[in-house]
Amino acid sequence: MTVTAAPAATDGVVLRLNHVTKRFGGLVAVNDVSFDVRKGEVFALIGPNGAGKTTLFNGVTGLIPPTSGSVLFEGREIAGTKPFKVAELGIARTFQNIRLFEYMSALENILVGEHCRMHAKLWDSLFKLPRERREEKEVTERAMELLRFVGIDRWAHSYARNLPYGGQRRLEIARALATQPRLLLLDEPAAGFTPQEKVELMRLVGKILASGVTVFLIEHDMKVVMGISKRIVVLDHGEMIAHGTPEEVRANPRVIEAYLGKQQHG
Amino acid sequence: MIGWFRRVWETDPRKDPNSVVYIALGLFALLFPIIANVLSGGNPNFLLSVAGDAGVYLLLTLGLNVVVGMAGLLDLGYAAFFAIGAYTFAFIASDHLQVTPLHTSLHVPFWIVLIVALFVAASFGVILGAPTLRLRGDYLAIVTLGFGEIVPRVFRNASVWTSGVNGISALDTPELPVWIRGPWSGDPFGFVQNFKIFDPLAYYVIMVFLLVICVVLVRNLQHSRMGRAWAAIREDEVAAAAMGVNTVQAKLLAFAIGAAFSGFAGTFYGAKLSLVSPENFGFSVSITVLVMVVLGGMGNIPGVMAGSLLVYYVIFILLPQLPDNATSLANAIGLSGLTQSSGDWPGIGEMAARLKFLVFGLILVVVMLVRPQGLIPSRERQQELTKGTRDDTIIEDVQAETG
Repeated sequence: MTVTAAPAATDGVVLRLNHVTKRFGGLVAVNDVSFDVRKGEVFALIGPNGAGKTTLFNGVTGLIPPTSGSVLFEGREIAGTKPFKVAELGIARTFQNIRLFEYMSALENILVGEHCRMHAKLWDSLFKLPRERREEKEVTERAMELLRFVGIDRWAHSYARNLPYGGQRRLEIARALATQPRLLLLDEPAAGFTPQEKVELMRLVGKILASGVTVFLIEHDMKVVMGISKRIVVLDHGEMIAHGTPEEVRANPRVIEAYLGKQQHG
Repeated sequence: MIGWFRRVWETDPRKDPNSVVYIALGLFALLFPIIANVLSGGNPNFLLSVAGDAGVYLLLTLGLNVVVGMAGLLDLGYAAFFAIGAYTFAFIASDHLQVTPLHTSLHVPFWIVLIVALFVAASFGVILGAPTLRLRGDYLAIVTLGFGEIVPRVFRNASVWTSGVNGISALDTPELPVWIRGPWSGDPFGFVQNFKIFDPLAYYVIMVFLLVICVVLVRNLQHSRMGRAWAAIREDEVAAAAMGVNTVQAKLLAFAIGAAFSGFAGTFYGAKLSLVSPENFGFSVSITVLVMVVLGGMGNIPGVMAGSLLVYYVIFILLPQLPDNATSLANAIGLSGLTQSSGDWPGIGEMAARLKFLVFGLILVVVMLVRPQGLIPSRERQQELTKGTRDDTIIEDVQAETG
């Protein structure tokens, strides 16, 4: 399967989902979903609450493997791969309800993200060998750089839980970037943001994209989605009901009915 | 001065008491032989021997702190690894194997057994950990509790190999390739070869050396890649895994390192006592060490060391002396009538002996009420317990703004 899919990777497909289904007992949370995420784009996944968006993210990152179907990352099958392996391969994520290491400093949170790119072995750490010291210094510098990149370096030594809400969201993004991903999954990065913060977030996503990382995001805010993504997939009750550019999706009657329409009434 | 002490005692997030505690512990360790000499009027051997045993518990506490404090895995069967370490020494450093089906005895030097026991115990840590570390929190605690019960029972019942309840005695006297002698032992300065350790002072010195090495190593580990991974697992295992931490491997490593310390301590314990018996490694040992870790301040190395010393003092010195002290106190304040038994009253000494575990329980309850975060907690633990009730947030933020 990987062999046949390998050429697809050269077409610039970073992530390919083939007939992915996830069942929880009798409930079908994600039903036969297929799409491609291409290199260098901002790809958005939208849909009303309970549509199965986060379930799909969990399936990709290995937290809750899909029941059937295949997930190809750069031509390689990753469905059912352990979460830490997925991160090592180059997919990082944030969580819808922020999951930082609350009682570690912002800097340490990012250093945990660097974990899978570090080489220090147990002996190096036990005896603080020069190699380990050098690496610690390097990763700390890199972590500080990331804190500056997302604009929260002044809180480097505060506990993650003491950061303001927006800072925590940014820290989560920085922590994910610390794993040096080629694909970044953002689960509702703008949830709870003010319009001003949303604009700043869109700018940050642009910066991440410019640094060569493909972004795949879940977002509720249509303005954010339409503003930054090239292509959109719409899920409703686990089914993919639309797929295309923002203009196409906006014009799709099923989407208006299932999602935008509902929002107008709500 | 008092104000400063108060702030540190209240664990001001801006003040780190750890360096002070390290210095205090170091000075205490250096001066203890002299103090013991003065207190005992020139015959410090008993006190030094007690200090050596306290050192065994310090080693155990340091190891359990890696498992419970750093990685957040509740281990209720820690004494099992202690037993494994001690029995390892007993097997390969005595005549005992002669009476087992092997019919040959091994006499491996003490300091090599230290290393061997370390690896043997670590292997058992991995063997126990591999199938069980999928479990979390309470479930893991029950499994380790079971392991802690099984190991001493195996040593008791496999009497062909272990002599059962009688245990194994007449273990080799530890011997070091070189030792320094000097005025402290009444000799001129010089090196001794093949030094046999009988002297409690020598045990004490070796223990202090081992402890210093262990503290340095654990501290290095805590502030390393692996230490951060443990902290991350303790905070949020799912997020840690999603960030690329191999959680199973990290937890196994924590377990193995904890077990290694216990094996280390077991060897020292067996060598010093020259006897191992399954009765010495019961559940109460596991719980005592856990109490030391929690009471001292989980996750903070100097904290758990302070906790270890305090609990050791209470259990092994204060409580056994309670009856005598109560009797002499009653005599001193003119209530000598209390010392005699009459009717239902058994006499104050006997009464104190009956009540000593109540006293121990009360001490634990009071300490945990006054210091729920432990004597010298890590800053993380301090924060967790005062979540939202103190102005730490503001202090931190002001610090961040100005720093």
